[in-house]
Amino acid sequence: MAALHFHNVTLGYDRHPAVHHLSGEVAPGTLVAVIGPNGAGKSTLLRGIVGILRPLDGSIHLGSLDARDIAYLPQSAEIDRSFPISVFDFVGTGLWRGTGVFGGIGKVAREKILRAIASVGLNGFENRPIGTLSGGQMQRVLFARVLLQDASLIVLDEPFNAIDSKTTADLLALVKRWHGEGRTVLAALHDMEMVRSHFTETLVLARGPVAWGPTAEVLTPENLLVAMRMCEAFDDGAAACGEDGRSQAA
Amino acid sequence: MIHDVLIGPFTEFEFMRRALAAVVALSLAGAPIGVFLMLRRMSLVGDAMAHAILPGAAVGFLLSGLNLFAMTAGGLIAGFTVAILAGVVARSTGLKEDASLATFYLASLALGVTIVSIKGTNIDLLHVLFGNILAMDDQTLLVVAFNATITLLVLAVIYRPLVIESVDPLFLRTVSRAGGPAHLAFLALVVINLVNGFQALGTLLAVGLMIMPAGIARFWSRDLTAMICIAVIAAAVSGYAGLVLSFQTRVPSGPAIILVATVFYVVSVLFGRVGGVVRQMFPGRHLEA
Repeated sequence: MAALHFHNVTLGYDRHPAVHHLSGEVAPGTLVAVIGPNGAGKSTLLRGIVGILRPLDGSIHLGSLDARDIAYLPQSAEIDRSFPISVFDFVGTGLWRGTGVFGGIGKVAREKILRAIASVGLNGFENRPIGTLSGGQMQRVLFARVLLQDASLIVLDEPFNAIDSKTTADLLALVKRWHGEGRTVLAALHDMEMVRSHFTETLVLARGPVAWGPTAEVLTPENLLVAMRMCEAFDDGAAACGEDGRSQAA
Repeated sequence: MIHDVLIGPFTEFEFMRRALAAVVALSLAGAPIGVFLMLRRMSLVGDAMAHAILPGAAVGFLLSGLNLFAMTAGGLIAGFTVAILAGVVARSTGLKEDASLATFYLASLALGVTIVSIKGTNIDLLHVLFGNILAMDDQTLLVVAFNATITLLVLAVIYRPLVIESVDPLFLRTVSRAGGPAHLAFLALVVINLVNGFQALGTLLAVGLMIMPAGIARFWSRDLTAMICIAVIAAAVSGYAGLVLSFQTRVPSGPAIILVATVFYVVSVLFGRVGGVVRQMFPGRHLEA
């Protein structure tokens, strides 16, 4: 049973497709890299998977998973870091599945939160407001929250952007640990070397699938060139897309 | 002497006691709402909503004269309508909430003033615009206290989703559907508290006891709980001092309360522990680590 199943899915904004006609499936426990130039639709695809964005067409099936079995790490630009919340409380939101709106944070939960903060190397930062953290520290905080979510499908949106090599190495070790625990991980990435040496499967996106399969077979100069040549702008005069992918007079 | 100035008015006159009770109730409920308005960058949204309430209150006035009960009901209906419409428009079209509110509130303010002036005098208009906390009767005071109680209860219920929605809305959407309802409930609380403040401070200043204490609190703490407590205290103290000032000098009560809050605000901007001007100019020698 696939962890994720895409049925001819099209995702986008305002009727314009950002990810066009994607089909395929992700087997449970796979470590998938999603690569492509800026504007290729990586973030859009991930938002579709976690249910923030509804597909314009087609569908995404989560197999036996429920939306709560997904942990999502957004790009940090989406977070209001000026809000006065401590690292401890922020990481603690990862326990939402257990606590919901009203559930308390007991002794066991407190220890879980402290352990998660410790395992991303932020001991002593528990009471710091998130606004005082550096970019790398904030990324560690986000990883700690994903840890607490204990999800079987983990979706990471450009988790290593603007992060130094030490932090990247630490966080990549966490990703590999999740992989080792049999969780399915999808990550939008830009570092081809990292993808080549650590990710088993790769999806090359350029506003639609260019190639998808085992990393060694997919990560070829030809595929990357196709992706690079992608046209970025939406065509305002575009016609409605036909069922089979051919254009149709609007 | 000090007793005569600071406590005398309240032991001597029932209307001063009622006003004090009202201002404390307003502070307890309004200040926490103000803190969230500020942190969600909705300070001006609160202001806009305050104007949106006016036509409803004015219709209440038109139907039953200066009866605060009818005006409250009208204000609540108008406020909810605008809040929900603006919220729905913003969520479904991607138009920013403040932009969609701006149109609503300008229209509402014009409509409200027109309705009041059809039937009332200029004094009525002044009352509607600036309120009169010294004219509260028992019934109105009960309404104010009731609204404050409801506000604190609802805020307790939506607190967690509201906080998470403010920091990381995308995350909340992936784990729960509580974000939308929490946001709408919060807008409803804004309306309830504006209507509440409307009795005391009028439509133009009602938002003052919500936003100004929040602004003050921001200069003294980086912790949400502490900010809420500071805001409540700042609001209550402004209210009390404003009433004393108003009693001793015959300045109208609403503006007196807001002026006292303004003084606290200026002091906070200058001397606040978190980002105050003096702190920034004379930060002291840098630390070792």
